[in-house]
Amino acid sequence: MKLAALQRTMARAVMQPLTQAERMQSTAPGGKSMRGYAARFIKPNERLTSFERLEIYNRQYWFRLLSSMIEDFPGLRAVLGDRRFEAMSKAYLVDCPSQSFTLRNLGGRLEGWLRKHPKWAAARQQLAIDITRLEWADIEAFDGAAKPALRPEELAAEAGAELRLQLQPYVRLLDLHYPVDDLLLEVRKQDEDTDFASNAFQEKHKRKRVQAVAKLKAAEIFLAVHRMDDSVYFRRIERGEFQILRALGQGEPLGKAIEVAFRKSRGLVEERPGTVRQWFQNWAALGWFCGPAA
Amino acid sequence: MPANRFNGFTEYGIGIGLRAPHYNHILTRKPVCDWFEIISENFMIDGGRPLRILDEILEQYKVVQHGVSMYFGSAEKANREHLRRLKELVKRTKTPWLSDHLCWGSVDGRYTHDLLPMPYTLEAAKLTAQKVREVRDFLEVPVAVENVSSYAEFHVSEMSEWEFLNEVVERADCGILLDVNNIYVSSQNHSFNPLDYVNSVPAERVAQIHIAGHSKYRKYILDTHDHPVIDPVWKLYERAIQRVGHTATLLEWDDSIPSFDEVHDEALKANKFLSSTLLATAV
Repeated sequence: MKLAALQRTMARAVMQPLTQAERMQSTAPGGKSMRGYAARFIKPNERLTSFERLEIYNRQYWFRLLSSMIEDFPGLRAVLGDRRFEAMSKAYLVDCPSQSFTLRNLGGRLEGWLRKHPKWAAARQQLAIDITRLEWADIEAFDGAAKPALRPEELAAEAGAELRLQLQPYVRLLDLHYPVDDLLLEVRKQDEDTDFASNAFQEKHKRKRVQAVAKLKAAEIFLAVHRMDDSVYFRRIERGEFQILRALGQGEPLGKAIEVAFRKSRGLVEERPGTVRQWFQNWAALGWFCGPAA
Repeated sequence: MPANRFNGFTEYGIGIGLRAPHYNHILTRKPVCDWFEIISENFMIDGGRPLRILDEILEQYKVVQHGVSMYFGSAEKANREHLRRLKELVKRTKTPWLSDHLCWGSVDGRYTHDLLPMPYTLEAAKLTAQKVREVRDFLEVPVAVENVSSYAEFHVSEMSEWEFLNEVVERADCGILLDVNNIYVSSQNHSFNPLDYVNSVPAERVAQIHIAGHSKYRKYILDTHDHPVIDPVWKLYERAIQRVGHTATLLEWDDSIPSFDEVHDEALKANKFLSSTLLATAV
C-alpha cells in the first residue's frame, strides 16, 4: 500500500465515531468488518490484535477532540446537558472535522452547523445559537490581533462625516435574544468551584447549572466582546451603540453609521449629539478604534 | 557534538516545557532555569495574553520552539498558513533550532491532532525528508525531527524505526530530537531492545534530548507525560549521553502538572548523568 493510501485508510478509521461504550466500531468505513479492515494494514503482536492497536488511536482521537469541545463550549454544554452535548459534538465533528493545525479553531463552524441541525437544541435552538456565538467570540477576542489604538484626542481631531474608522480585530459585536453573558459567567463560576470538589458537590453544581438555564428568560441584548489588559470582557451596549459600531466595522463612514443607528429611534432628537459623543468617548477610552480605514 | 549545526551551535543545559500553570511562578519568582521549550502552536496567534507572556519570558530566558502539527510524514503538502505563522513566531523567539515529530496526522486537509506512526518504507522516508528540507528552507532555521511513541506497526514497513529515522535525517540533512521516553514506550509496545535504537542513532545529528514519564496499561504503554521519569528511561538517557555528549535536555510534563519546582527538580536529575559524562570526558 502506498503512503497516501495507507494514511487515508487509517485516518478514515481513526476519525470514525466510537460506540456508546467508547470502543471502536465493529463495522469499518465502507460497511465491512473493522477487524478485517485493520488487519489489512496493521500488524498484530503477541498482546494486541490489529483491531486493538488501531482502536488506541481511534479512542485518542475522540477523547482529545471531545475534551477540546468541552473546554471551549461549557455554556453550550450547560444548555444542552452533558449527554446531548457529547452526542452533538460527535455529530458536528463527523460533519466538520478539523481543517486547522490548531485545536483552537475546532469550534469555528459550530454556529453555522447548529443552524442547519436544529434537532440538537430543539426548543432551545435560539439559546444554543446565542451561547455558541458568545463562546466563539470569546475565543476570538482572547487572541485576536491588537493594532495601535486611536487616542480620544486623535479621534476628536479626525472626526467628520466621511471618516471611516476601523474596529480593533479583537472586538466582536453580538446581537442576542438571551442574556447568555450572565449564563456563561455563572457556568464558569460553578466550573471553577467544582474543579477540586467531591462528586456530591459536583452533582449539586450540575443541578444549579440546569436551574440557571431553565430560569433564563428571553431578552434582547447587545454585547461587545472585547479585551482589556489581556482579559476578555462582555460589555452590554445599547442598540444604537451596536448599530453604529457594526456599521463602522462594515466600512461605513461615520455620518452614515450614525444615521443608520437613529433611523428608527424614538428618542429625543436634541439628546442625540450628546449621547453619541459620550459613546465615542467611551469606545475610544477602551481603545476600540485603531485608526482611519485606508 | 553537544553544540552542532543542528542546534545552532548552542550549549543549552536542562530545560522544561513552558506550561500555563507555571506562568505566574516564572514571571513573579523568576526561577533559575537553563531554558524553556514552547509548543509553537500555542503561540501561533495574532495577539493577547499568550504572546504577552511569551515576550516577558523571552526577555529573561532562552526559548526553543517545539511543534506538534507540522506532520513531516503526511503525504499531503505542508500547510502554507501554518508555515507563515510559524515563521512569524520564529522571528519573534529567535529560536536557535526548531523541532517537530517524525509522524503524520493530516489527510486531505483534515487534521487528527495526533502523532500517527509512519510506515517505515523508502517511499515514506524520501517524501518525509523532502518536506523537512522544504520547511527548513522556508523557516531558515535548523530543524530537528523527534521520534514518536507508537502503538501500531504496519505490514508495509521495510525497515526498523531507527533505520527509518536514519534514512530520513541523512536524506534531509537535519537534526534529531531524541526522545528516550518514546524509545522506551515503543520498545515495550513493539518488543525490541531500546538500546539497539539508542546505539544506532547518528550521534553527530542529535540536537536535543527529551525525557518524560508515561502510563502503563495491561497490554501496552501510553505516552502521557504525566509522571516522573522511570529508571529504565534514565538508563537510556545515560546511554544516549555517553554517545552524544552533554546535549540540551528537556523534560516534558503535560498532564496532571505539579508545581514548577517539582517539574524542574525532576528535570535536574539529568545532571547526575551529564556530570558523569563530563567527568569521563575529562579523564
